[in-house]
Amino acid sequence: MKFGIIVFPGTWSDKDCKYAVSDNLGQKSKYIWHKETDLSGIDSIIIPGGFSFGDHLRVGALAQVSPIMNSIREYVKKGFPVIGICNGFQILCEAGILPGALIRNKNLQFKCKWTNLQVSNNNTIFSSEINSKKILKIPISHGEGNFQVDSKTLDDIENSGKVVFRYCDSNGTIDTESNPNGSINNIAGIMNKQGNVLGMMPHPERACNGNIGSNDGNLIFQSMINYVIK
Amino acid sequence: MNHGKALKKSEKKFLKDIALSLKEYQLIVSLLERTPSKLELGLFGALWSEHCGYKHTKSLIKTLPTKSRNVLIEAGKENAGAVNIGDGYSIVMKIESHNHPSAVEPKQGAATGVGGIVRDIMAMGAYPIALLNSLRFGPIDKKINQYLLSGVVEGISSYGNCLGIPNIGGEIEFEECYTDNPLVNAMCVGILKDADPVKAIAQNPGDLLLLVGSKTGRDGIHGASGLASQSLNSDSELRTAVQIANPFLEKKLLEACFEACRLEGVVGMQDLGAAGLTSAAIEVAHKSNLGLSLDVAKVPVRETGMTGYEIMLSESQERMILIVKKEYNQNLNKLFSKWDLESKVIGTFIEDKKVEIYENNNLLSSTPIEYLVEAPSYKIVSEKPKWLSKLQNEKLSNPNIKNIPAKSILKSLLNTSNISSKEYVFQQYDHQVQTNTIIPPGEADASVIQIKGTSKGIALSTDCDSKKCYLDPYIGAMMAVAESCRNISCVGATPLAITDGLNLGNPEKKDVQFQLSETILGLKDACNKLEIPVISGNASLYNESNNYSIYPTPIIGSVGLIDDFKNCVSSSFKEENDLIIAIGNDIFGNNPNYLAGSEFQKYIERQLSGKPLLDIDFEIKLQKLTRKLINSGLVNSAHDCSSGGLAVAISECCALGNIGAEIDMPIDSWEIPLFGENKSTIIFSANPKKLKKIMNICDMNSIPCENIGIVKSNKLIINKILEINLKEINESWSSGFKNL
Repeated sequence: MKFGIIVFPGTWSDKDCKYAVSDNLGQKSKYIWHKETDLSGIDSIIIPGGFSFGDHLRVGALAQVSPIMNSIREYVKKGFPVIGICNGFQILCEAGILPGALIRNKNLQFKCKWTNLQVSNNNTIFSSEINSKKILKIPISHGEGNFQVDSKTLDDIENSGKVVFRYCDSNGTIDTESNPNGSINNIAGIMNKQGNVLGMMPHPERACNGNIGSNDGNLIFQSMINYVIK
Repeated sequence: MNHGKALKKSEKKFLKDIALSLKEYQLIVSLLERTPSKLELGLFGALWSEHCGYKHTKSLIKTLPTKSRNVLIEAGKENAGAVNIGDGYSIVMKIESHNHPSAVEPKQGAATGVGGIVRDIMAMGAYPIALLNSLRFGPIDKKINQYLLSGVVEGISSYGNCLGIPNIGGEIEFEECYTDNPLVNAMCVGILKDADPVKAIAQNPGDLLLLVGSKTGRDGIHGASGLASQSLNSDSELRTAVQIANPFLEKKLLEACFEACRLEGVVGMQDLGAAGLTSAAIEVAHKSNLGLSLDVAKVPVRETGMTGYEIMLSESQERMILIVKKEYNQNLNKLFSKWDLESKVIGTFIEDKKVEIYENNNLLSSTPIEYLVEAPSYKIVSEKPKWLSKLQNEKLSNPNIKNIPAKSILKSLLNTSNISSKEYVFQQYDHQVQTNTIIPPGEADASVIQIKGTSKGIALSTDCDSKKCYLDPYIGAMMAVAESCRNISCVGATPLAITDGLNLGNPEKKDVQFQLSETILGLKDACNKLEIPVISGNASLYNESNNYSIYPTPIIGSVGLIDDFKNCVSSSFKEENDLIIAIGNDIFGNNPNYLAGSEFQKYIERQLSGKPLLDIDFEIKLQKLTRKLINSGLVNSAHDCSSGGLAVAISECCALGNIGAEIDMPIDSWEIPLFGENKSTIIFSANPKKLKKIMNICDMNSIPCENIGIVKSNKLIINKILEINLKEINESWSSGFKNL
């Protein structure tokens, strides 16, 4: 299958995503510049991490008005899978494709560290390959990853299984200690209503190979690959 | 101005602003055979500044060894040095200081420091793959130092993280002498594949000077001369000399320049740093054996009414120069506009070796280039100060520990800001982007990144024990080189090259001159012994305020190569029942000089004295053997005894591995063996089955080797001297920065 990897000025996870899905998982991938609009032939889209437009104005605020975003809106409507990682998650929230917002980490500092993730729903395009008891080891790297949303929407996403990943400790306990940024309900990743768009703050592409610390991120990409191929 | 005999008060002040002495002014007048204009004085001030002209260090730095069979670009030749690592790859690296700007405005000062060193690596046509840094502050319990530390870390973090370059290591020390003069040294490492490093040269007269990136503003004027070449006494008025960082612009510049230098018609590249256009453009012309004609009216400016003087001396950040052929490829313009970058031809290289500066058709200045770039070189007197002899000769008897138990001392040392875990800092840096990080910061003596597509790994470390340098600048400098190479060896890699960041006080003073010459002599001797070349470096002098100078602080950044990164080991104890093995020249040594400049001495005596010891010939053997043991797969961990000595080193192996140890050593008294800093000692852990083989190899290489204990349970027990729970170790070691 073929992944499209969106590149904004300031994106830096693009090469890492290619490393994960192409070098490690053997899938085709193509960089797509933010001023392009053509997504034909692309089976799935990755909006990678970075500091698109330098986080100027507000994280994701400028990227969401790039020409590519209209194409992505259409693409989402057609039901293709889209994953937004870190800054990609922030952009999807700014674009209104995902609910909620990412605000500054609770302690106001940038944090780069390994986190443990509990899979709250393994019956999705993005998590079908993950055993429900598995605790994923995937790192975060952000200053603004504190997910917040109004209480009604929170109830909606919680009740409809749209929360896919939550921060936890290595035993799977979900508490304040294991919450690295203050996200409500320890939320690390959520989906849209249709379930074909995932936004997550942790970086699965940085957990694509045991040599760099973990290969748990592959389970997420592999779930997407299996969905597309079937 | 006139010939200098009767300068007006305002003229004298101007000379002071641009850091030219009256003598230097007179020299300029006699070279030009006329009175220089303000613009010309500005050019001289910048190029003859300590920062650009190396007036006090030139003759000494020349003595450093710069060659090896792997060296591609030697120190001082280009924007950074380069070494070959095989398989078509080469590594480019350099360290640079941004001390004075960070003292004045910590966040922006540190951020622009990162920006500057990254542009040096970009100018070589390399892609940056790692950042490291070395920081020094005054005691952390003071509010001002907490402000400086958190500001500097935030500055480094905000800039490096935005660029997508992993910040994979570094070191920090806190000493009183850095209170008014914090040090911020940033190192950047880049990689090139199947390509020669790009040079900062023009080929022929008629080649064009293309300026790309940020518009030029009034920020940073007199940065090189004012901030970097004088002592800081009242910092607030210099705040305008610190630039504001724009890492997003740098990120675009990075991607664009990386592509641009591969296009036809681009012959050279140079970054704009200290002394802005003046230094960048004029040095390229000089190196190319050409002259330069430049029109300041062509420079895109962000403020109105800027004079030629201001444009030439602005240190606005995020600017690069490309040297292009007249018929340069229009793809270059397309490339820059893709990245929304402004580029403009602002000058032409000329046959005649002079610098002509125009404003439209109006010639502002025409000066022979050799006068500008050949700063005077000052002789350094090397005479040992009496106070230092006195300190060194102080007899260190067994220390008076006032009945403090060993356990309390250990806990206190683990909790000091110099020894405590630096997780608070590392976690604010993105150390994983680019998906190469094999050993992240804080887990081993050096960090390791992979070279994708090969089995190779690059090990990186920055080091300097400044208390030792204070007590003996010569031995201290040797120790810095030895320690950096030892750290590289302790992950299994072979040191390839170093970059040196020299930080000292005012070189016009005799004490500092002694420290400077001893430091460079120490570097030279250690590099020759360890057969490691210096491929780049930086000197930051005048780190002094109110007559109070910093310790000599030669920071050594080193790079090493390991053929298979899977062989790398970290510091942590791994398996219960593994044996703990120490190798070294004097493992249980009781020589009081091991306490000279140690953390123990600082903690117990509250002052430093004695003469630190180092056997550099033994280091060569020790490091070689360490690499052999690791690459033969005989050991599961390795950690050198550094700040805090043996007891601290073992505690760190326990804390990192979250497992205890039982140590049994043949010692009578414990103060010096446990807390003395004989750095030529390495702690391994290994499967018991491997012990015999390890002992044999050590024997064959005449390296003393002792099995001193076993990895076990959740306590650290040392003889009957101390017993401490793992939990207490972790609490002490991980809470040094708790309140930040």
